[in-house]
Amino acid sequence: MIRRTVNFLDSRTGAVPFLRKSLRYIFPDHWSFLLGEIAMYAFIVLVATGVYLTLFFEPSLAETTYTGSYKPLQGLAMSEAYRSAVELSFDIPSGLLMRQTHHWASNIFVAAILMHLLRVFFTGAFRKPREITWVIGLLMLFATLLEGYLGYSMIDDLLSGIGLAIGYGVALSLPVVGANLTLGLWGGPFPGDPAFESRMYVAHVFLLPILIGTLMAGHLALVASRHHAQFKATKRATERKLVGMPAFPAQVPRSLALMFATVAVLFLLGGLVQINPIWQWGPFEVSQGTNGAQPDWYLGWLIGSLRLVPGFDVTIGDYTLIPNPFWGGALFPLVVMAVLGAWPWLERRFGGVRGFHNILDRPRDVPGRTAFGFAFFTWVALIFLAGSADRATVFFGLDYESQVVFFRGAVIVAPIVAFFVTRRICRELKRGEEIGVDKERAEEEAEEEAQEAEREKEPAPA
Amino acid sequence: MTTSPDGEHDSHDIVAPGPQSPRSELAVAALLVAAAVSAIAFIVVYSLEKFSTQHELLGITLAASFAFVAAALLLFGERVLPSEEVAEDYPEAAAPMEQEEVAKVMEESTSGITRKRLLVGAGGTAGGAIGLAALTPALSMGPWIDVAPLYRTPWRPGRRLVDDKGKPYKAEEIEQETFYTAFPEGSSDRNLGASLVVVRVDPAALRLPPERAGWAPEGILAFSKICPHAACTVAIYQKPTYGPTQPGPALVCPCHYSTFDPAKGGEVLFGPAGRPLPQLPLTVDAGREIRAGGNFSDAIGPSWWGIEMEEPH
Ligand code: FES
Repeated sequence: MIRRTVNFLDSRTGAVPFLRKSLRYIFPDHWSFLLGEIAMYAFIVLVATGVYLTLFFEPSLAETTYTGSYKPLQGLAMSEAYRSAVELSFDIPSGLLMRQTHHWASNIFVAAILMHLLRVFFTGAFRKPREITWVIGLLMLFATLLEGYLGYSMIDDLLSGIGLAIGYGVALSLPVVGANLTLGLWGGPFPGDPAFESRMYVAHVFLLPILIGTLMAGHLALVASRHHAQFKATKRATERKLVGMPAFPAQVPRSLALMFATVAVLFLLGGLVQINPIWQWGPFEVSQGTNGAQPDWYLGWLIGSLRLVPGFDVTIGDYTLIPNPFWGGALFPLVVMAVLGAWPWLERRFGGVRGFHNILDRPRDVPGRTAFGFAFFTWVALIFLAGSADRATVFFGLDYESQVVFFRGAVIVAPIVAFFVTRRICRELKRGEEIGVDKERAEEEAEEEAQEAEREKEPAPA
Repeated sequence: MTTSPDGEHDSHDIVAPGPQSPRSELAVAALLVAAAVSAIAFIVVYSLEKFSTQHELLGITLAASFAFVAAALLLFGERVLPSEEVAEDYPEAAAPMEQEEVAKVMEESTSGITRKRLLVGAGGTAGGAIGLAALTPALSMGPWIDVAPLYRTPWRPGRRLVDDKGKPYKAEEIEQETFYTAFPEGSSDRNLGASLVVVRVDPAALRLPPERAGWAPEGILAFSKICPHAACTVAIYQKPTYGPTQPGPALVCPCHYSTFDPAKGGEVLFGPAGRPLPQLPLTVDAGREIRAGGNFSDAIGPSWWGIEMEEPH
């Protein structure tokens, strides 16, 4: 039966040699290699639940009156977009489950990508021949952030409105073309032309998903073509020899199990843990603000950076060149992306490490990179934390202004400290190991000597 | 080539023998049945009307069915199927022969061309022009060139300030230590330049710039409600919390906490805003109703490259 099927396939598609290779494709075994897979499976859930949501969501700003079953909103004027999103949450069976699962999946998607990125960075998996894979991964991350932002911006509740207003402010601040680009995209001053809703919609459900999917396919194709990098877990694993589990029988069931587990966790979260309760924010009105609604965490670093930049516009006399939001909202993420994107080449140029690398580094073995990474991510993480300074004010009564002053200093000092401390720790760890190895060797030698001495002592048999 | 690490099993076999565990096979089957039961439970919950919008039950049943399959697969992979480590050479770094061939094909097929520069130039021009032509229809989206709409506000001298129900504000209604949102009478409030924050301060505490004398009759002040930082709404009127820089109550934007001093004509006290909150001159008419005395002091909303700091229109 198996043979007949294989023969049928092969004679009609010629695909069996390829299939044979795929079945025995080798996956080196380490838990941290699963982070990327989790991201991929979350993406599948996003597509599936997202398609479901489009069956009911109406991306239109046409005005209507809410008459659904959620009492506090009844009789309120709102857009079709918001009305249909609320209806989806209350009146469509399994609608809320799908919406919340979709939102949770987006959070897990970004989180898994970030963890994966850290793993790849600190183990040096981005080195030749995998630099393009790394760059594609970064592009995917940034496309994903934009995708998530558009996702909650289309709903046209108050949270959407605030997020979009800030996006509008940042877009306006871009040098030279800011005003033209922004007016063009929005179709007019904020909140813009009603067609802006359609523009967000097509970007969110078509353009960006296609982009992310294509990047993902390229990412995976490159991984497969160069094979996985591996840790030196056994003696047999070398720069030229890959050791691990074959796709089938070992890896496929495991990976599928991970997929089903990811889906299960996402549906469980979607069913049990409330996320973005849109009905609480109310419909968006330009003149209304709130500080109760928080955007998704993965945009927090941009909020933090917008808050930390001191208040100044770059002007020449009365002529404004660069308005303030540019620094925190546009330049900061671009710098982060550029530094990470250029890192493989920076390391080749200044770290002097060339050639192929299939064996992954342990972070301690490359103190320079590890220290830089810690400093860099400390910087980003502190700015991220600053984004929740107002929460700290609400919950712990910390004075907001003092916090901002503190963070402004900390984002400069802490990375420097992190750099030197990390480098020191790496070196100490290594030295500790070397001493350990030396000791072992010394003990072995001592033992051998003792044995030899014993042998010598034994008198030759007479 | 795939090789087994220790060559223990028969060299004709590709896969090492599995663990042979009939008990595990039974367990896998049981888990799969459990998955099916959970999936059916989901369908039942969905179709019972009183449960159909119970997202908790729906989530649990659906999640359970996936979780059971995950467990079954894990067990199947670990205890039923054989799993052994194998090793393989990494793919060749590069294929120099093919590289050479590609280079040769390209070189040889173009070696007969005498006007290479001309052709490259013409090709580039055609490509660029077609690219531009393809982008041209996108111009229908904008106004891309004319940025005048950004300066437009509905405020005119004599226009009454009304609340969200359209009722005109009277001077007496504006009390100290609280703030009011006002709109221009008879205009859509979707215009970014429409909404105002109105506050009253002790006239003795006013420190307006000299050219704005008379903009705040009886200490009543109006400002654009749109933050000049990044277009959020200035939605907090805060008692002084930060002694050194904040002498009186301040207007705060909750997005990045730009803080403005109303008594000083909207000057920035703290936060990232790069310019003051635009102020609207007010008058109080004979019927004690509050009217605009003109347009804002500066352009409203976030700044952009080349924005002119002058009265909007
Ligand atoms: S939008 Fe008001 S402070 Fe940034």
